Amino acid sequence: MLAASGMTTESRPILDVRGLRKSFGSTEVLKGIDFRLAPRELAFIIGPSGSGKSTFLRCCNRLEEPSGGSIHVDGTDIMAPGVDINAVRRHIGMVFQSFNLYPHMTALGNVTLALRLAAHIPRAEAVDLGRTALARVGLADKERAYPGELSGGQQQRVAIARALALEPRIVLFDEPTSALDPELVGSVLQVMRDLREAGMTMLVVSHELQFARAAADRVVFMEGGVIVEEGPPAQIFGDPQHARTREFVARIDGHH
Amino acid sequence: MDRFLFTFFNAEVMAEYLPNILSGMWVTTYLAAFVIVTGLSLGLVLAVLRSALSQKMPAPLSWLTGALRLSLIFYVDLMRSVPPLVLIVLFYYGLPALGLDIAGLGATWLALSLVLSAFAEEIYWAGLISVARGQWEAARSTGLSFLQTLIYVILPQAVRLAIPPLTNRTIAITKGTALGQVVAVQEILYQAYSGLSFSYNPSPLTLGALAYLALFLPIVIVGRWIETRFAWRR
Ligand SMILES: Nc1ncnc2c1ncn2[C@@H]1O[C@H](COP(=O)(O)OP(=O)(O)OP(=O)(O)O)[C@@H](O)[C@H]1O
Ligand SMILES: [Mg+2]
Repeated sequence: MLAASGMTTESRPILDVRGLRKSFGSTEVLKGIDFRLAPRELAFIIGPSGSGKSTFLRCCNRLEEPSGGSIHVDGTDIMAPGVDINAVRRHIGMVFQSFNLYPHMTALGNVTLALRLAAHIPRAEAVDLGRTALARVGLADKERAYPGELSGGQQQRVAIARALALEPRIVLFDEPTSALDPELVGSVLQVMRDLREAGMTMLVVSHELQFARAAADRVVFMEGGVIVEEGPPAQIFGDPQHARTREFVARIDGHH
Repeated sequence: MDRFLFTFFNAEVMAEYLPNILSGMWVTTYLAAFVIVTGLSLGLVLAVLRSALSQKMPAPLSWLTGALRLSLIFYVDLMRSVPPLVLIVLFYYGLPALGLDIAGLGATWLALSLVLSAFAEEIYWAGLISVARGQWEAARSTGLSFLQTLIYVILPQAVRLAIPPLTNRTIAITKGTALGQVVAVQEILYQAYSGLSFSYNPSPLTLGALAYLALFLPIVIVGRWIETRFAWRR
């Protein structure tokens, strides 16, 4: 398993998930997920609707409370009894399908809010950091714009800047381009590509297969709450070992 | 026509009772102001409390928060069902019997404030739950606490949604200060009414109506302005 991950041996994983389980009431949605993500690695998660991809991602910062197993982020056991979950979350960026920008704040306000309130950085310094983050996603000129005045692609880039400003150890993306018009997808993927170049560790749920082929170190196929197969993109897309992976890849490839 | 004017716009009678009406206006004004401040802030506190009590909790604690939440909802529904006048009279006669000395003014203030707090809580709450779940998730994912998220992200959006209905409800309940008349609060209606009984002429009532107009029309207009001001781009 690990050999296929392209993980360097000397560094400990940024994300280390073991035996992760999650039930909603009596339905078990995650049935024992083992997953490790090395520093600077970009992993893609694919799988049919309802397979538990979002739930897995949301367990990684405890937006969803796991029912069992363990999760370490950069060495911190995020489920340890006394853990300061807000401090943990500052170091785990999350980008949502629906952007979830704060509509009553400007782009800069969105990016600096957590810097000031959660990271306790003084306003002037937070503004500098916020501007830097907006510049990284190519939106330096939009700092005064409200989300309602931005295109979907721009909103999602502001959302990415909001996560980046906190200097996360890892960024989780849940279908970051699914809500975008096709012509706006490229700008967001470009930002993700730049992030990868800069060495950010990323876990991405998405069905942008071309991007996965070009940029992912590893592709993970999930179904029914388990990881069915994982490997380099060439293997998962070109020579999948499991019949279910083959079927799924053939189906979504047909769509693109 | 003369007769009508003599009856309702009798200058002599009006002049005589104008000072009383003016002093009634003053009483109505500060009573209304106190009711608005108390009612709206208590309503906000209740809505925030309800939000906190609605959070997911581990088992033994969740019984307590559940019970508290139900009592909060019961209070709100109770206050919204009882006519304000009944509450005023109840407090006026009931509280002294419990050893709590309360004047008509206090009883009216308390009753209207509680009623307004209940309606305001429902309106704030409706605003709070109509803010998209994703707003909570985004804010919490950046490390903001429950309270920080509520104050900086959720409430500004919720209050904006709540302002139009809140303005209407506040005006409606504040006009209820006239009910204080029955427990001898010397507000506008009380003054107008006693003017009527002394002079056997309804002109003081006309004055009273004008006084209400002078007081509440600006509030209604300000309310309208606030509504358009906060109907913002989303
Ligand atoms: N809060 C919840 N309460 C109950 N069931 C839930 C909840 N969230 C998710 N589920 C269920 O868990 C399963 C997995 O959901 P999840 O959102 O993780 O799937 P997904 O792989 O992200 O799907 P999609 O591709 O459609 O986004 C689904 O059957 C879903 O109905
Ligand atoms: Mg999903």
